[in-house]
Amino acid sequence: MAEQYVAAVDQGTNSTRCILFDRRGRLVSVAQREHRQYFPKPGWVEHDAAEIWRNVTRVVPAAVRQIGADPGQIVAIGITNQRETSLLWDRRTGQPIGHAVVWQDTRTDRLITELAGDQGADRFQDLCGLPLTTYFSAPRLRWMLDHTPGLRARAERGEVLFGTMESWLIWNFTRGADGTGGLHVTDVTNASRTMLMNIETLEWDDQLLAAFDVPAAVLPEIRPSSGVFGTATTVLPGVRIGAALGDQQAALFGQTCFSPGEAKCTYGTGSFLLLNTGKEIVRSTHGMLTTVAYQIGDQPAAYALEGSMAVTGSLVQWFRDGLGLIHTAAEIETLARTVEDNGGAYIVPAFSGLFAPHWRSEARGVIAGLTSYITKGHLARAVLEATGFQTLEVVDAMNADSGIALKALKVDGGMTANNLLMQFLADLLDVRVVRPMVTETVSLGAAYAAGLAVGYWPDLEGLRSNWHRAGQWLPNMDPERRATEYANWQAAVQRTFGWIRPEQ
Amino acid sequence: MLRLLAAAPNGLGVADLGNALGLAKATVHGIVRTLHQVGFVEQDRSGAHYRLSDAFGRLGETYLDPNELRSRAINWADSLASRSGEVVRVGRLVEGKVVVVHHVFRPDDSDQDLDVGTTLPPHACALGKAVLAFDTSGASKPKALEAFTTRTIVDPTRLADELAAVRAKGWAGEFEEHTVELAGIAAPIRGLGGLVVGAVGLTGRIERICDSRLRHRTDLVTMVRATAEAIGRDLRDDR
Repeated sequence: MAEQYVAAVDQGTNSTRCILFDRRGRLVSVAQREHRQYFPKPGWVEHDAAEIWRNVTRVVPAAVRQIGADPGQIVAIGITNQRETSLLWDRRTGQPIGHAVVWQDTRTDRLITELAGDQGADRFQDLCGLPLTTYFSAPRLRWMLDHTPGLRARAERGEVLFGTMESWLIWNFTRGADGTGGLHVTDVTNASRTMLMNIETLEWDDQLLAAFDVPAAVLPEIRPSSGVFGTATTVLPGVRIGAALGDQQAALFGQTCFSPGEAKCTYGTGSFLLLNTGKEIVRSTHGMLTTVAYQIGDQPAAYALEGSMAVTGSLVQWFRDGLGLIHTAAEIETLARTVEDNGGAYIVPAFSGLFAPHWRSEARGVIAGLTSYITKGHLARAVLEATGFQTLEVVDAMNADSGIALKALKVDGGMTANNLLMQFLADLLDVRVVRPMVTETVSLGAAYAAGLAVGYWPDLEGLRSNWHRAGQWLPNMDPERRATEYANWQAAVQRTFGWIRPEQ
Repeated sequence: MLRLLAAAPNGLGVADLGNALGLAKATVHGIVRTLHQVGFVEQDRSGAHYRLSDAFGRLGETYLDPNELRSRAINWADSLASRSGEVVRVGRLVEGKVVVVHHVFRPDDSDQDLDVGTTLPPHACALGKAVLAFDTSGASKPKALEAFTTRTIVDPTRLADELAAVRAKGWAGEFEEHTVELAGIAAPIRGLGGLVVGAVGLTGRIERICDSRLRHRTDLVTMVRATAEAIGRDLRDDR
C-alpha cells in the first residue's frame, strides 16, 4: 500500500503553506505562497480573503505533487490559522465583503475605550477570559457592521457570514458543486479568541453578543478542534477535514504539551508562550490570557494560559529594514557577538503598545541607557535580549498565576535558529530551553489533530513518541547579574508608559 | 560593464549598457543575469535598472554569514537527523579549522551537548574533507597533520589523493579517523556561483553508518547529498 500522509494547511499572517507529514510526524514536503498586505491607513492592516483562498488552491496540490503523491494518499486535512483576523462574506455568492481585518490592526482603539467605559478593560474577563483590546475579533466585527452601509440589516437577516480564517477556508473547502455554500463552522480555540464565546460553556454567550451588539445569525457553529468537520469537495475532493486550531494552540499541540504544566513558546514576528492548564480554567491576575488549548472530539476541552508578545522577530526585521544595520535577519547574531554584553542599552519594542503582561496601548518604544559607548553591536544585543526579557516577564506572570514554576521551556519558530538568543533565554529564565526536531510545530500540530480525528494516529501517547529533542541550552548565568539585568529592563519598560496622550 | 554600473548610482537598463558598450542586448542580458545571480549586481524595484551591489566592497569578507547558513540549513538538517537517526552537523572552514555552525542531536533523547562554535580538525573528519576538497586558500596543504587515531591521514600526499577522490565522487567519508568506532558522511554545500560555503554531514557508530563490508551505506550517502543540495538550492534561489 502506498504511504499515506496528513496535509496541514497553515494560513498565516504573511503566507499560506501546505506541509505534508508522514506517520512518524516527519515533514515530507512544503509549498508556500505569500499574500499581499494592505495598509490603507496608519494602524490598519488588511488581507484579501479571495487571494488567500486562491493561494490555498495552489499550495495544497503543489505540496502533493512535490513528492509525486496521489491525492488518494492524503488521509486528512488539518487547518491552522492566524488568529483573530476577521472576515465577513456573502452567504449566497461566497464573495468576501471588503477585506479581512488583520489581528495587528488597531482601528478599533476608540471603540475599545468606549466599550471599556467606567468598568475597565477587564469587564468581560470572567465571561471570555480576555481583556478588551484591539487584538481580538469581536470589536473588529462590530466595527465592520458599523462602518459598511446596510451591512447590519443584512447580517440580521442572515445574508452575511462571519468567520476567522479557518471558517473561511472550511466554507470554501466544502462548497457544493453548484456554487452553494459550504459548512459555516469554527473550532473552540479560534472561537475563544473572539471575546464572544463563554469560556466555560464553550458556546456563544448572549450577554457578550449583546454587549458587542453583534447578531447571532452571522456566527459559525463551534466545533471541537480535533474531529471530522466535513469532507472537502474541492482541492482535495473526498478528503476529510479533521482539525482546525489557531496557530499558537496548534504549536502547543505539535510540541505535544498535552499535560498540565507543559509549556511552549513560538518565536516568530511576535512570540506566544502557552502553558497547558488542563481542565482547569485559570483566570489570570497578571495579564495572561485564558484561552482554550484544544478539544478532542467530545472529550472535555483543555485550557491554557497565554502570554502574547507583539514584537519579537519583527524587532529584528526593523533593525534590518528600518535601520539597515544588517542585511539578513540571521546576521544580527554575528553583529551581537562582536561585543560581550549590551553595554547598558535596553530596547523596549512597544511599537504599538505593549502586550502581555502589561497590556498598555499608550506605551511606545524606547532605547534606554544610551551613551556614547554604545555601538551597533550593543544595539544588536539589546534587540535580541528584548525577546528574552519579554519572555521572562511572561514566565514570571504565569508562574504567579498558575502557582507552578516552569521547569523547562520548549521552543520553536524561526528565531530558534539564533543560538545567542536561545542561550540568553536559558540564562535569564534559569531553566532548560529545548528545541524539537520539527521546528514547524504549528503545521505539525494541525496535522496531529487531524490525523487523530481520522485514526491515522491512535492516541496522544503515540504522538508524544514522535517528539525528539534536536537541541538544548542550559542556564549558565550568575544570579546576581540576572537580577541586575532584569531590574534594568523593568526600569526601561516603565519609561515606555504614557507616551501617547489622549487627544485634547 | 562593472565600471559603468559603478559610475551610475541610480542604475542602468540593459539598453543603456548595450549602447555604451556596443554589445547586443542579448549579450548584455546574459552577463547582467550572471552578475545578478552571484550577487554583484542588484535590480531596482521596477526590475528595469541594475546597479552595483555593496558585495564588491566586502569581497574579502566571508560572503555568507555563518548564522545565515544555520538558519537556511536548520529545517533540512533536522530532516536528515530524523530520517537517518544520527547526529547532524553543519560546518565551515575558518582559518584552517572546521567550525561547527549547526548541530542537531541524535533523535534518541539521550543526553547530548550542543557543540556549535567548537572546532574540528579538517583532515580527520568527513565534514572537513568535504570542504577541504574545494578549498583554494591553502588550508588543504597544512604543514603538519595531527594524528587522532591510527587511521588519521597524516601523510600530505595521501590526503591530496583522498581530497581528489572526494571531488570526484562529490562526498566525503570518515572511518575512525577522528574517534575510534565512529564513522561519518558529509557533502559540500554550494552557494551562489557554485562556491562551496560549508558542508553538512552525519556521524555515528560504524555499525550504523557502514554496511557489513564496512563501506559507507549508500542510502545514507544519498540522504546526505540530497540534504546538501537542498540547502544549497535554498541559498542560491533567494536572490
